Amino acid sequence: MSHKSKSDLRLIGKSQRKIEGLAKSTGRAVYTDDLAFPGMLHGKILRSPHPHARILSVDVSKAEALPGVHAVVTGADMPVPYGIIPWTPDEYPLCVDRVRYIGDGVAAVAAVDEDTALAALELIDVEYEELPAFFDPVDAVEADGSTPFIHDAKKPGWNGNVTKKVKLEFGDVEELMDSSAVVVEDDYFFEGTTHTPIEPHCAIGMWEPDVVDGAGHGGAGTVVGGSIAAEGAIEGSSIVRGSPPGARNAAASADGQTATASPAKASAKPGPGGPAAPPGAEATNRGKLTVWSATQVPHYLHRELSRVLDVDSARVRVIQPLVGGAFGGKSEPFDLEFCVGALAMKTGRPVKILYTREEVFYAHRGRHPFHMRYRTGCDQEGKLQSVDAKILLDGGAYASFGLVTTYYSGQLLCAPYAIPAYRFDSTRVYTNKPACGPKRGHGSVQPRFAFEVQLDRLAERVGLDPIEFRRRNFIGEHTRTINELRITSNGFLECLEAVERASGWSKKFRAMPFGRGIGVAGSTYISGTNYPIYPNEMPQSAVQMQIDRSGRVAVFSGASEIGQGCDTLVAQIAAEELGIPIDYVRVLRGDTDFTPVDLGAYSSRVTFMLGNAAIDAARKLRKLVIDAVADHWEVKSGEVLLAGGYALWVPDTSRQMPVREAFNLAEARHGALGATGSYNTPKDVHGEYRGGTIGASPAYSFTAHVAEVEVDPDTGVVHVKSIWVAHDCGRALNPILVEGQMEGSAYMGFGEALMEQQIYKDADHGRAGLHDAPSLLDYRIPTALDTPELESLIVESIDPEGPYGAKEAGEGPLHPSIPAIANAIYDAVGVRMTRLPFSAPSVWRGLNVARENGTLGKPAAPSRQGVEV
Amino acid sequence: MAEVEVIRVFERNVPRRSFIKGVIAAGASVSSAGYLFRSPGLLAATSLQGSTERLVTLRVNGQQRRVDVLPQETLAMTLRYKLGLTGTKLGCDRAECGACTVLIDNVTHYGCSMFTHQVRGREVTTIEGLEDADTGALHPVQQAVLEEGGFQCAFCAPGFIMSMVGMLETNPNPTREEAAHALSGNLCRCGDYQKILNSAMRAAERARMA
Repeated sequence: MSHKSKSDLRLIGKSQRKIEGLAKSTGRAVYTDDLAFPGMLHGKILRSPHPHARILSVDVSKAEALPGVHAVVTGADMPVPYGIIPWTPDEYPLCVDRVRYIGDGVAAVAAVDEDTALAALELIDVEYEELPAFFDPVDAVEADGSTPFIHDAKKPGWNGNVTKKVKLEFGDVEELMDSSAVVVEDDYFFEGTTHTPIEPHCAIGMWEPDVVDGAGHGGAGTVVGGSIAAEGAIEGSSIVRGSPPGARNAAASADGQTATASPAKASAKPGPGGPAAPPGAEATNRGKLTVWSATQVPHYLHRELSRVLDVDSARVRVIQPLVGGAFGGKSEPFDLEFCVGALAMKTGRPVKILYTREEVFYAHRGRHPFHMRYRTGCDQEGKLQSVDAKILLDGGAYASFGLVTTYYSGQLLCAPYAIPAYRFDSTRVYTNKPACGPKRGHGSVQPRFAFEVQLDRLAERVGLDPIEFRRRNFIGEHTRTINELRITSNGFLECLEAVERASGWSKKFRAMPFGRGIGVAGSTYISGTNYPIYPNEMPQSAVQMQIDRSGRVAVFSGASEIGQGCDTLVAQIAAEELGIPIDYVRVLRGDTDFTPVDLGAYSSRVTFMLGNAAIDAARKLRKLVIDAVADHWEVKSGEVLLAGGYALWVPDTSRQMPVREAFNLAEARHGALGATGSYNTPKDVHGEYRGGTIGASPAYSFTAHVAEVEVDPDTGVVHVKSIWVAHDCGRALNPILVEGQMEGSAYMGFGEALMEQQIYKDADHGRAGLHDAPSLLDYRIPTALDTPELESLIVESIDPEGPYGAKEAGEGPLHPSIPAIANAIYDAVGVRMTRLPFSAPSVWRGLNVARENGTLGKPAAPSRQGVEV
Repeated sequence: MAEVEVIRVFERNVPRRSFIKGVIAAGASVSSAGYLFRSPGLLAATSLQGSTERLVTLRVNGQQRRVDVLPQETLAMTLRYKLGLTGTKLGCDRAECGACTVLIDNVTHYGCSMFTHQVRGREVTTIEGLEDADTGALHPVQQAVLEEGGFQCAFCAPGFIMSMVGMLETNPNPTREEAAHALSGNLCRCGDYQKILNSAMRAAERARMA
């Protein structure tokens, strides 16, 4: 695809105010918890006090009898295992026979208000048989089965604590390691961190029974008047309660592990009638289920609600209001979404559940703690030869995205540097802690930290400036990585140059006084994945556009607006292509009943895929309009342009008509004006080996960071003064939003580097497995005062496949922030940080060790600085 | 188990927010155990000793609002769920994130950490009350936020905007660092602090011109 040059674009490439900016600055923007419905009940979830225990019995009778309580559901009501990855469905909306972390959901109550629901939770009697728990991933991986594994082993004799093992080798690692001039080898530890979006998870369920054919199908089919609103005033007494949603599958509940196996196979091979339809059987719950949720993945939620609650997917509607931050923390279904659905089905009333801040910490799905061992070799000239990685991922209680995380821990390291030989051996284990999942820069932030610190060590050993070292190893553009990922556009060298210049690198590196330092790191990231989470041939993103005779264009978009600006993106594209002002575009988004499918806001896929889909739809419409105008003027279509609110005849632009008239001409000719557009990823570019599809992306972004720090040699306090971040995002479609993504990424990486840790108590310090700090006071995230000055430097490589040349910007810019800070600390005081976070006690210990070893001090300047390749 | 029990007893007898404030004042950290297993005892109480009249008149955004308020109800709850002023957000409900920041007599407060009964007779301003009542014109802070492109998901935006308004009441000429101090009681997880501070500085400039 060839792209227009910058001068031919009117709106694309220029900073545009967000179309919802006014609503957001006046408090009118609507998030899920801002919604309320007549008769709405409030739900609460009872959570396990044990890290690992069998559920012997659950008695909800006293809770049900409490005045004001409308329904209670337990695991037995929804005994259908699910999981975001179709091959690892290992959790239930509410635990069926086993709890696996402190905070695991056991029962949910719907009551007239939250206080009553909380009181009802106290009345639920759960009998547990406590089991020995695993907290340390090393213990989990070495378990011999003498105590129960966290999940049943897939095969007899296997370790049930292991989620996934991946071992891949490319090239001859040992031979090239042996022939390397320099080899460095170290252990690294990346502490777990969590997303903490400021908006807690929230969901509302509503069940509208099928009054025509509802009777006998288990739905609450006989609600008087059929109207939720009218019925809301009755206070519950006349509500006809439906059967529990999962009752059809109750037979499977006796043995949760048996139930695990069959749906996994079923969902891996979706039937032709629709991916989420339960195979071989029609859903038994007739009626319509609507769930509003603060989710990043309305489509996957839609599928799983259908499957777990046994409602035909055509009868499920997911609505996504604006989302108040997500960062990966809302990218799979959560217990509350199933519970509001089940409770709404049982009560016939809308039911809302809003997580407390503490529940958000327990819901987690954040960054995995990684134990990493890296060995990297290069030759005398600093050319990388061989990389050998062994990684243990601490996954928490459930698989979540863990299968992908395990692959990503190795697959995404192979750019922007050419690596002739590479091996990674990654194992993800379960532990009795909240499940880990994807957080901004999924699975590849941790190895990037270790690797970029190793590169800094190698550069020092061969006497090269670390920026020069990275330049020498640049992989190039339009090439393949050692693990066969296809690289297209690549602006990494420009990124390096941008941060080098902006930071004043050459005057600062190894040249500032003791205690002050500067460090560099680079990285790459995907712009979405070529293969969707469940195998299918359908487009990854689609939009529908409709032109009104008033001149207004409506865009129906299934994409997830989580603050990144995808609504503004499609508005910009529609306005650009159809020549109308941006405020003539309405974006109607996030409702599975009337928008086409977009797979969600994850993997940095939205701009690339939604953008291409929007261009596709808009250009189809543009052609209809231009052809109609050309016929009317009796000129060639190629001579008609839509721009600035007019249709113009290019040879003589005094010949023009308002675009509204052009739309009317086209509507008169074609009838109602609408078009769909879609984008699907290339399916023929990936590695020819098992796992070779994971990490394959239509385009890769590239980033370089330079961080400047001050380290107090007496206390170990690290003060990050400035971060320069240069990011190759292909083309910046809306530069102010790209900057926002870059700054937000650098900020989040900075927080992880210095202060954040999602950790749990051990038996010596309270209750083992209890979250150490489930609050925003103790889980410290940076404030306006903590955050350093961030300078964003946009690099545009103009990708051949991206929309107008764009690639991702949402996650890539996070990766180098942590190693850049680590390398800057080394430049400041000569201490190599190998464990996160770089908190004062940790740095202080490093300083003491260096003092004892006599290595404390400013490291020597590279002997070959500035040597040309 | 023991720890859980202790905290339950503790929470039943002490108003939760007083407990948190006490802990903060003492410089200690809030225990992690307290919340997950919190008892509904306090929240579910239908009346407290010496409780006051429930139907109260509040002055919100320049208007008198009659509202039925439980004794233990927080201002944020009343604003959001009784008065429909959902611009005020709840991010933590325990004085940590600042999303619920409102002005009481022109001074910033966390709406989650005040009982509604405490604001009787005082002037409450929420994000919905910032626009000029006569002309509908945006407040200079709102205008500045729009111009600087501040905020991404913007869930924290109302709280930040109220903090900026409160800051300008006391310090119409802040330096960037003073603005960062004034806004350090609000958390933005999108990490948009650069643009938020740009907005604050521009807002000060606009307010001076107005």
